[in-house]
Amino acid sequence: MTGLRYLKNVATLKLNQAACIGCGRCIEVCPHQVFALDGRKARIDDCDACMECGACARNCPVNVISVDAGMGCASGMINEWFQEHNIRVMKSNSCC
Amino acid sequence: MAPCCGPRMVMTGGEISDKVPGFLFWVETPAGKVPHISTSLTYNDHFGACMARWGINRMGYIVPPGCYAIGMPSPDSPVIVTANYKMSYDLIRSVLSGSNVWLLVLETFGVNVWCAAGKGTFGTDELVKRINKTALNKVVNHRQLLLPILGAPGVSAHEVTKRTGFSVRYSAIRAHDLPEFLNNGMVTTPAMRKISFTTYERLLLVPVEIILAMKSSVLISAVVFLTTLLANGYYAAILMVLAYLGAVLTGVVVVPILLPWIPCRSFSLKGTLAGIAWSTLFYFCAHGSTWSMTTTAAAFLALPAICAFHALNFTGCTTFTSRSGVKKEMRLGIPIMGSAIIVSVILLTIGRFL
Repeated sequence: MTGLRYLKNVATLKLNQAACIGCGRCIEVCPHQVFALDGRKARIDDCDACMECGACARNCPVNVISVDAGMGCASGMINEWFQEHNIRVMKSNSCC
Repeated sequence: MAPCCGPRMVMTGGEISDKVPGFLFWVETPAGKVPHISTSLTYNDHFGACMARWGINRMGYIVPPGCYAIGMPSPDSPVIVTANYKMSYDLIRSVLSGSNVWLLVLETFGVNVWCAAGKGTFGTDELVKRINKTALNKVVNHRQLLLPILGAPGVSAHEVTKRTGFSVRYSAIRAHDLPEFLNNGMVTTPAMRKISFTTYERLLLVPVEIILAMKSSVLISAVVFLTTLLANGYYAAILMVLAYLGAVLTGVVVVPILLPWIPCRSFSLKGTLAGIAWSTLFYFCAHGSTWSMTTTAAAFLALPAICAFHALNFTGCTTFTSRSGVKKEMRLGIPIMGSAIIVSVILLTIGRFL
């Protein structure tokens, strides 16, 4: 994506390269080309481009990718915060 | 999972009948009859999509889940998986004109692929359930499914294979690339994997953002209007509401459209800059030179803060912002925005009694 990049050094994406089997699934599902294949192992090539959608982690057959995935809009997160603190608010019925 | 995205799961797609959009005739398969659907959209389809973009009947814009036939598919034809949001269904069938494919529609409660994958409804369990319910293994001879790349956050490909015997291929991000993908021996080119967020794509999101923002801003406008009316009179009340609504619209409309050209990576900073621009414009249009010091200071504090909040909220619609980034922005930004609003209310109150 040209011109649009989000904050640096915030993405929680982690890859345990030693345990990677190099199947390439993470490369297939990542819409931001965060991964690259280094011989028989995947490597995180552009961590700052990660939008934490979680596609790579969910599709990794050996479970060596982790990321704090989830919805990322401010009002949704405020609602989430309210829910965590058991505060009842008028729930909006529509978002994305 | 996400407490925000999509409706509470009450609206379901129902059962397939001859009333499904684009129905032409029934096709017999070893698993029973399947509706053959048209690839050309009617005036009503376009009109419905336009309404949904404005949030009208968006939550009821739904088709029944199940198996559909596009063109004249044989047991060897590919199976394309999509969501049961009618706009997704219409988009897929319209781009597949001339192709012979099976369309497997999942029950995502009328939510598009990307948002449903984030919620987990476009997910492994639903896909497995739908494969079994439609007896897909009898409809086709092969064991391969083509899924949109943006469905991957909800689907665990290896688990689907383990549970059903069907392998998962992630085809492309955009439905428009499907014909090329199918005609070129199912090769995903690097461009098909690249997500975009063009001005046009951002523009399409603006109407529904306005509608969503309207709910809170109508209420806030009423409170602002009445309080100012009582304190400072009619003219001041009108100005206050205009200033407020301008700040909301700058955050909801101007920031999304000008996104790549507003400096900074942080959305709250982008919103603050746009909000300062709005405050300045409003200052000159509404004879700011006649305002008191406290009113001027309050305007330049509150308006950028309101705009920044709405700009930050737009992160939920983008295709490149991360949850951790938004969390970081919120931890820093929300207290600052809140303080700015409180200080400006105090300033306006002080100004009233000076």
